[in-house]
Amino acid sequence: MTDPSSNTAATGELLLSLRGICKNFGAVSALTDIDLDVHAGEVVALVGDNGAGKSTLVKILSGVHRPTSGTIQVRGQEVSLPNPSASLAIGIATVFQDLALCENLDVVANIFLGKELNPLQLDEVGMEIRSWKLLNELSARIPSVREAVASLSGGQRQTVAIARSLLLDPRIILLDEPTAALGVAQTAEVLNLIERVRDRGLGVVMISHNMEDVRAVADRIVVLRLGKNNGVFYPDASNAELVGAITGASDNSVSRRAGRRAEANLSGDTQP
Amino acid sequence: MSNNADKQQQLLDRADVRVKHEAGIGGAISAFLDRVRSGDLGALPVVVGLVVIWTVFATLNPIFLSSTNLVNLLFDSSTVGVIALGVVLMLMVGEIDLSIGSVSGFASALLGVLWVNHGWPVPLAILGALAVGGLIGYIYAQLYNRFGMPSFVATLAGLLAVLGMQLYILGGTGSINLPYGSPLVDFGQLLTMPQPVAYGLAALPGIAMLVTGYRTAARRREAGLSSKSLGGVLFFAVVVTLGLELAVAYLNTSRGVPWMFALFVLLVVGMNYALTRTQWGRSMTAVGGNREAARRAGINVKAIYTSAFVFCAMFAALGGMLAAARLASASQQAGTGDVNLNAIAAAVIGGTSLFGGRGSAYSALLGIIVIQSIANGLTLLDLSSSLRYMITGGVLAVAVIVDSLARRSRVMHGRA
Repeated sequence: MTDPSSNTAATGELLLSLRGICKNFGAVSALTDIDLDVHAGEVVALVGDNGAGKSTLVKILSGVHRPTSGTIQVRGQEVSLPNPSASLAIGIATVFQDLALCENLDVVANIFLGKELNPLQLDEVGMEIRSWKLLNELSARIPSVREAVASLSGGQRQTVAIARSLLLDPRIILLDEPTAALGVAQTAEVLNLIERVRDRGLGVVMISHNMEDVRAVADRIVVLRLGKNNGVFYPDASNAELVGAITGASDNSVSRRAGRRAEANLSGDTQP
Repeated sequence: MSNNADKQQQLLDRADVRVKHEAGIGGAISAFLDRVRSGDLGALPVVVGLVVIWTVFATLNPIFLSSTNLVNLLFDSSTVGVIALGVVLMLMVGEIDLSIGSVSGFASALLGVLWVNHGWPVPLAILGALAVGGLIGYIYAQLYNRFGMPSFVATLAGLLAVLGMQLYILGGTGSINLPYGSPLVDFGQLLTMPQPVAYGLAALPGIAMLVTGYRTAARRREAGLSSKSLGGVLFFAVVVTLGLELAVAYLNTSRGVPWMFALFVLLVVGMNYALTRTQWGRSMTAVGGNREAARRAGINVKAIYTSAFVFCAMFAALGGMLAAARLASASQQAGTGDVNLNAIAAAVIGGTSLFGGRGSAYSALLGIIVIQSIANGLTLLDLSSSLRYMITGGVLAVAVIVDSLARRSRVMHGRA
């Protein structure tokens, strides 16, 4: 285990730096003393069990929740993120797990929501072209951008949400479970996209439960457990190490299950 | 031919083979039928309702469809119609204002007091009453945004409070007569368009459809997007122009088209533009559809609610003053009774959803014509207001049922 604020893997400028972030919901402390650094050109994976505080942390960074205490620095400047537009203005774009799309609007309107071209006489043609380009970059399978989002599948909505986050050329992208609802090809595309975004010098924070995806793209893996930092790993860490840090013990349900399966395989081999 | 087919394939929005693309007039009609079947009814229920209502009243009393009566109908529609336009805004964001009747009555009383009793110039009195209306809306918005007061409670409290203010400023006399022959009263009772002007204005929508349709199609073709067939645009423009010119010709056989109705239509068209073609309108729709998503997209949700409350109260104030001009008086009865529910019913009957996020400025226009047709027809039949209330209530119930069923069907068919 290394110090969470170490930056041995990163080379780029320090984009985002959290120190001592706490968030209480009533008597429950969802986050306690969280430290996190994100550098330019780096993918940081945020992993942890359900309820570890990953989504809460993302919501603090996107301005949905305010931290109870702690400081957020963006490029060395201390900032406060009182609302989502402040967060967007400072260059932090978020793809939420609950996708935050308006079902009654069409795909173009959702992608450009809040930053429409030409506010007094909407440039529908310009927005439609830009939408198609963004979606084609993501190899999206959206049948028509003039259909209401209500008619799209979960994966298609995910692509729309990701396309929307790229619209403003942000410096930092937060992805909350970006591949959870996606098919095989779309998952690969999103992972490719994450790499492309990183190569352009953006910082990426990605939450995922899928260790394969995490290992495929992450430069650092930050583990949260019960709202606290529980170690930083690199993609070469073994599964057992990661699972141990996530669940908090080397003897856990995952290892026990793996053990049982190994035993069953062994006994299966010996029997005719 | 094959070259043409290749071009079709390159279009940016025609790459997906799963989507059916309708072309031409036939395509537009079958796409429309498709939409209706899945619950996206638009203005269809109100048009069907209007045809039924007019047929029934015309058979019961032929005077109903006379040109003179229809001109009267348009005069009456304009006042409550303007109020209904504000209701559309509130329903768009999924809230409601129950005090529109009181606000309209208070504004008419204020107009009477400032103009007749205190001798203010009419334009100043009108602006004053509009500003007071806007202030009332602003107070509702603060109650809603700061204290989380549900809009129907805040405006229910406002209904009583504003009615009290109306009674207070009217004082002992209880009513103020606006002088006959003044421009405002003439505007509310007499002034109609000269015939050539009416014909000219009726041609405008068709021309606008043609020009914008042609421009959009050209821009889309240039950008490599599919475009509507110009034949379809031309067809609809001709149909609309013919319909409007015939209507104007019929109205011109008696007094002609009221200027007050022209003002109402102008407001409707302007509001339609604001709702569909500006960022503000897009934000209104988004807030009504999914408030949290709108907030996360960086929209200032509180400002959007404030704009809805303020504009709604200002439209109510304007409608109240037009009603005062129509009656040539500002009285204690102004804005009471069925004004409130007629305005809300008009917006809902016209197709604006009570559930937020779906609606159109035109629903105020179509809805108020239905409501006023019922009122007017029943008055012609010499039926008492008791029966009128019952029938209007029944029509409102039917409209809400249609709205609910259509919403359920849309959800089932994957439409918003």
